[in-house]
Amino acid sequence: MAPPVLVTDHWYDFRDLGNLSSRLLESLADVLPQGAVYVLAAVIGFVASFVIFVLPSQLFVGVYGERKLIARVQSRYGPNRVGPFGLLQPIADTIKLMQKEALTPKSADRALMYAAPALFVAPCVLLFAVIPFGPNMVFADTSVSLLFYVAISALPVISAFIAGWSHNNKYSVFGSVRMVAMAISYEVPLVLGLLGIVLFTGTLSLQGITIWQKELDIWLVVLQPIALAIFFIGVSAELNRTPTDIAEAESEIVAGYLTEYSGMKWGLFYGMDIGYALAASAFAATVFLGGWTLFGLERWVPPWIIFIGKTHLFYALFIWTRGTLPRLRIDQLMGFAWKFMLPLALVNLVMVATERMFWVEQAADDSVVYVFALVNIVAAGALVYAWSRILGYRPEDYPTKARLVETAGGYVPIESAKGGAQ
Amino acid sequence: MEGVGAAVAFWTLAGVTLFAAAGIMFSRNLLHAVLLLILTFIGIAGFFVLLSAEFLAMAQVIIYVGAIAVLVLFAVLLTPRAGRDNGESKMLLPAVLLAVCLGAVVLFVITDTSWNTVPSAPAVEHEPKVAASDLGEALLSTWILPFELASVLLTAALVGAILLVRSPEEEAEDMPS
Amino acid sequence: MTPGLDHFLAVGAVLFASGFAIALSKRNAIGVLMGVELMLNAVNLTLLAFSRFSSGPRPVTGQAFVVFTITVAAAEAAVALALAVSVYRHRETIDVDKLNLLRS
Repeated sequence: MAPPVLVTDHWYDFRDLGNLSSRLLESLADVLPQGAVYVLAAVIGFVASFVIFVLPSQLFVGVYGERKLIARVQSRYGPNRVGPFGLLQPIADTIKLMQKEALTPKSADRALMYAAPALFVAPCVLLFAVIPFGPNMVFADTSVSLLFYVAISALPVISAFIAGWSHNNKYSVFGSVRMVAMAISYEVPLVLGLLGIVLFTGTLSLQGITIWQKELDIWLVVLQPIALAIFFIGVSAELNRTPTDIAEAESEIVAGYLTEYSGMKWGLFYGMDIGYALAASAFAATVFLGGWTLFGLERWVPPWIIFIGKTHLFYALFIWTRGTLPRLRIDQLMGFAWKFMLPLALVNLVMVATERMFWVEQAADDSVVYVFALVNIVAAGALVYAWSRILGYRPEDYPTKARLVETAGGYVPIESAKGGAQ
Repeated sequence: MEGVGAAVAFWTLAGVTLFAAAGIMFSRNLLHAVLLLILTFIGIAGFFVLLSAEFLAMAQVIIYVGAIAVLVLFAVLLTPRAGRDNGESKMLLPAVLLAVCLGAVVLFVITDTSWNTVPSAPAVEHEPKVAASDLGEALLSTWILPFELASVLLTAALVGAILLVRSPEEEAEDMPS
Repeated sequence: MTPGLDHFLAVGAVLFASGFAIALSKRNAIGVLMGVELMLNAVNLTLLAFSRFSSGPRPVTGQAFVVFTITVAAAEAAVALALAVSVYRHRETIDVDKLNLLRS
């Protein structure tokens, strides 16, 4: 599906950097042999998406920004020693990690231990190949980009399992088993939620979804808020971010699957944690928040700046949740995935399918999508409230103010909270 | 499927997949064999992309690498005192001989038959490009009966697998007391 | 050399033969399962190669067939691994050479 031309076709129009790269590749196609142009296009794509966007974002937003924001949430200053306002902190971290001794236990599996960080980095780089930064700025506009994201985000799970196993250490195996169990549990509602999105847009390609949102002048977040909630929670679980970071719970199992890693190997895992979170934010910004469009503003403001802003906005949402919520237990997490999110995703799917059938068969006008948005938002609130009530969540039992045990007349356990799971 | 890109992709994928398959056969460690199996799955997904079946390539990665390989890894974890050495049984030599004979027969049949094919560098209107929506329509109109049977099969496998691994305490819990 | 139908079928045949050898010669039950999965993958590859290159009327049939093969392979892997874990609980081994009596 060719995107409508928003900006001019000149190579110097920096509002759409795809013009520059395509002009360069066309002019080089006459000079170089045929295969070399592919390789050069791949190198340009890798440099532009990963080296220029992701790496600085990882360092400044992921390491520095995250620590500052979480610190502010916790009423303390973040890093403020190194450089003005602590801005050189990521560089200090990198230098520290690189000069650390990389220990390898004697009875660990060497080949796997060395291979696991590399296997963890590779899918993250691949993910940014299908994300559209602008109308012509997507490296691989495949027709199944959404499924590509889901497929590639299953690969770091295997790599984390290998990492945990190769240490020959029981705590590491605990951590990796927990991580794998959580990741595969949360994948199911995640894919079902995304299926609701695809029912509306009719295309699996991320560029196509962005253009669908542009043509109908609506963001998919207002059209399907349940899908965004499911995606957010599911992706937090896949990325091992608090409140679901039992895989590397520092107070419980030392460092989970990262126990025996030190130095830059650990640094790669930590950096790619942020990298995967950025990829998930970029994906959510494309699918839910409208991608590089902003209701017509993309004629003047470069679309890739809009997109980068939305990505970092979503990443700030991740940081906010991490600073606010405590860590959940493993049985609470599993119960939440299978008992709460899966039925919610299924009911959402039925609702969306009914709306879509109504839209197509009645040949209704496109403005009926606003009615659907309203219905979906109301239904989202009602479903979440009703289903959590059915599962036994009684908010009136939870005390809103802390009281001393003497004034409360003895210890009063909450009746509905017995049994642990949600 | 013309051009140097397709040829490079095909030969690279063939090399990786066949190397990984040989590695499963000859590797000494069970976990290394499972990881080489994952590499095989990814190589086959690459072949699917070459054959214009992108949806199936992604489905292959999601199902095989994301679910089946994880299941195999869990099974290796849950059998701790079994042999992790991926050794061969007494049937090694007969098995390899039989496999070589089978492969030779099939290869002979492949090269000797004149297949009724479209040319491999087709004109644009002959390229059988199947989109995911065509596959979805076919699954729900022509092939609806196998589709429903597959869902029944998956439910049966789900229930069966859960029942098989129940420990005796869990079964005692469910007995009417 | 442009890859044609013969090349894809040859790769599928070699993979099938490897899977066959692995399934027949491994001592660990999980190793046998790995061989079976490899054979199923080779079959999928062959089906899709035919679907792409054949001049038949309906190229989507091959892809539908592959969907069903993948489904059946997933169901079979789940049950086979559940069996392996269950046998391990009773016999402390999943060595197929030793599991040759109905009553241990």
